[in-house]
Amino acid sequence: MRVTLKIWRQKGRTDPGKFVSYPMDSANPDMSMLECLDVLNETLTEKGEEPVAFEHDCREGICGSCGFMINGVAHGPQRATTVCQLTMRHFKDGEELVIEPWRAKGFPLIKDLVVDRAAFDRIIAAGGYISVSTGSAPDGNAILISKPVADRSMDAAACIGCGACVAACPNASAALFTGAKIAHLGILPQGKPERDLRAVRLVAQMNEEGFGGCTNIGECMAACPKEIPLEVIAVMNRDYLGGSWRVR
Amino acid sequence: MELDSRIPSGPIEKKWDKARFDMKLVNPANKRKHSIIVVGSGLAGGAAAATLGELGYQVSCFCFQDSPRRAHSIAAQGGINAAKNYQNDGDSIYRLFYDTVKGGDFRAREANVYRLAQISVNIIDQCVAQGVPFAREYGGTLTNRSFGGAQVSRTFYARGQTGQQLLLGAYQALERQVQAGSVTMYARTEMLDLIVIDGRARGIVTRNLVTGEIDTHLADAVILGTGGYGNVFFLSTNAKGSNVTACWRTHKRGALFANPCFTQIHPTCIPVSGEYQSKLTLMSESLRNDGRIWVPQQKGDKRRPDQIPEGERDYYLERRYPSFGNLVPRDVASRNAKAVCDDGHGVGETGLGVYLDFAESIKRLGRNVIEERYGNLFDMYQRITDDDPYKVPMRIYPAIHYTMGGLWVDYHLMSTIPGLFVVGEANFSDHGANRLGASALMQGLSDGYFIVPYTVGDYLASNKFTSVNESHPEVRNAVACAQQTIQKLLAIKGKRTVDSYHRELGKIVWDYCGMSRTAAGLNTAIEQIRALRDEYWENVNVPGSGADLNQSLEKAGRVADFFELAELMCIDARERNESCGGHFREEYQTPEGEAQRDDEKYSYAAAWGYRGYGNYPELVKEPLEFEHVHPSQRSYK
Repeated sequence: MRVTLKIWRQKGRTDPGKFVSYPMDSANPDMSMLECLDVLNETLTEKGEEPVAFEHDCREGICGSCGFMINGVAHGPQRATTVCQLTMRHFKDGEELVIEPWRAKGFPLIKDLVVDRAAFDRIIAAGGYISVSTGSAPDGNAILISKPVADRSMDAAACIGCGACVAACPNASAALFTGAKIAHLGILPQGKPERDLRAVRLVAQMNEEGFGGCTNIGECMAACPKEIPLEVIAVMNRDYLGGSWRVR
Repeated sequence: MELDSRIPSGPIEKKWDKARFDMKLVNPANKRKHSIIVVGSGLAGGAAAATLGELGYQVSCFCFQDSPRRAHSIAAQGGINAAKNYQNDGDSIYRLFYDTVKGGDFRAREANVYRLAQISVNIIDQCVAQGVPFAREYGGTLTNRSFGGAQVSRTFYARGQTGQQLLLGAYQALERQVQAGSVTMYARTEMLDLIVIDGRARGIVTRNLVTGEIDTHLADAVILGTGGYGNVFFLSTNAKGSNVTACWRTHKRGALFANPCFTQIHPTCIPVSGEYQSKLTLMSESLRNDGRIWVPQQKGDKRRPDQIPEGERDYYLERRYPSFGNLVPRDVASRNAKAVCDDGHGVGETGLGVYLDFAESIKRLGRNVIEERYGNLFDMYQRITDDDPYKVPMRIYPAIHYTMGGLWVDYHLMSTIPGLFVVGEANFSDHGANRLGASALMQGLSDGYFIVPYTVGDYLASNKFTSVNESHPEVRNAVACAQQTIQKLLAIKGKRTVDSYHRELGKIVWDYCGMSRTAAGLNTAIEQIRALRDEYWENVNVPGSGADLNQSLEKAGRVADFFELAELMCIDARERNESCGGHFREEYQTPEGEAQRDDEKYSYAAAWGYRGYGNYPELVKEPLEFEHVHPSQRSYK
């Protein structure tokens, strides 16, 4: 199949960027979007041009490294799918695909389609954990957790930290990411002692990083490759409010 | 050279206790005066960095990814073993130990494996306390499943994303230490060389992958948790960035590399579909609990699977191994899949595939139960192949998944370079010649949380450390080496891309040092690898410069190391004139086609010393003694 890849090229953070069109005659419906970029990069390298920089690692949809906008949609048109698992069969023969990086103040650009998502690490460092040092844990079955609670916790814990939620949000809000961590840990008995503090600190760090506020639009959930439910933002807001009162 | 494995004396169940008691301790007030480098942030490296930070050491942790949370441990699906015996089905530390030694085809060190089984129970406790959402029973207790050849249910899991959840636990513990100031995290930073001063590991040379800057980091000890080398095959289930560079360059600085030919082929991966393929996707082995593997009895049968009647199907694992059936260990399942395909029974366009069929389980348990157990795996399969596995059997084929070989370490997980510790898949490990399912996560976390934090402490307390700085000749030499390699790669400006060489190298290694091997084939492979390597250094084309983000340059350095490793793998495979676990030499098999070990001659770990490129490496043997699990022909009949 033939497609045209119209890709954002930018050498560095302070350099000007622009779209460059690359016609691809040798796309195949079974190849992934990233394999299509691989083929393009091989061609560019053979021509002595610099290949397109894009982030990727596991190519199984779990490491969260990959991600870019395709025709204005984070991770492209297929629901619950990262670009590494998005196959070309979801596009029409002859289609033009506009590919650009996540665009958000909290994610400064590094090169081409690569952005800096270290803000997510700083949000977790602010309190996205349960403080239990190695060796100090009780027996695993000493903490009983009902199955529905474990399941809801897992739903939130499935977040891969790719940043699609931020890229999809008109406000570039990181509420879904932050809420997912607050919901994952806060619902578990082990996570309860730090629940208030965690919510307050994570939200403070999220704001510090320059992400926008949440206005309940829901684009984040639609773009999320792991389908993290929007409820985690409600959980975050509730825990943040309660926590702000109790933690003072 | 003699290898001292430092196995403590005394009965096996007391060895680890004894070792811990005999270790010297670092005074709590002195811990902050010691600096430790951890390379890699996966289950082993991340857990080690977090725990050492908690203990009060000054830790620097490095990963090449943009965040420590991306390490490839994250992709492990099925679960983690622990001898909790929560299911009351007869499990025990001794049984897990026994199964692991036997599963590894008697090529692992008994004392290490016993310790691993002992520690397994602590890992689950730690992870639960961190908030890992393991699967639960309705009463609130932890649930288990039987996994990959085990006859007890000892595998803990979090849907099909166990590795992700365990890694996030370690990552969060690590970020807690970053916040506390005890760990400094260097993401997007790749280790290029080890700095050895006065015979001890004292630091590393790194490249900042965004700015291209070459830096040195000095410390009192270095821990490598840099994963396995499965990507030498180009097509593997590893992440694209997984590489052998840190281990290989350390090997060139004097650390012995053990059992490089022990590589694991995973039986359940999605088959290759085209020339452009960049990686292979694993389908968790847990699928074999409820899926039945079959091929058409008739060769070259092109009918759709639903048109092949029950009587014309060959459930070859159930037929050949009635007691284990579809749950035989990975090496056995993989070899049998290759055998039926080589014999013309394979399915799919390429004929390199077998069916994994859930129809019967869906009928017996209901679709919702199967969905609950494997929903995300079924979705992933459908996304990639466009087939619905609830209706059509999956097609699977073996692929390279894990490497049991790695840098040689003693009982303290210290390599042959004092002060250099190796954890997780990067060391030559506790898995012998074959790893059992759900044991990689166990080993990574055991090394990282519960072993290396003690043994590094003992090393620090037992030695005096003079201060070193950047002007030391060994530091300058290591930096110069790293810079030269980069300059050389950039200067070639040849005609072929890095990937094209990597693909070709991978095909050689797969054809001759993959699922089955022969002495003649290995000779051919060594010749071809050398010729290709020589061409690589004259004709590779690495565009761009070394002064910014240059992914081609990153790959070029890694592939250069894969060439040298590939040769050593073939040398090791050729030297081992027996079949064991994942190492199957066609010349050595039983009349029924099973692997035939030669315990008299090959009951040892083969540790190889580097003697310069082109020179035959030095083979140092660590004899393996089995006092508890008597070596026998593995039988899964």
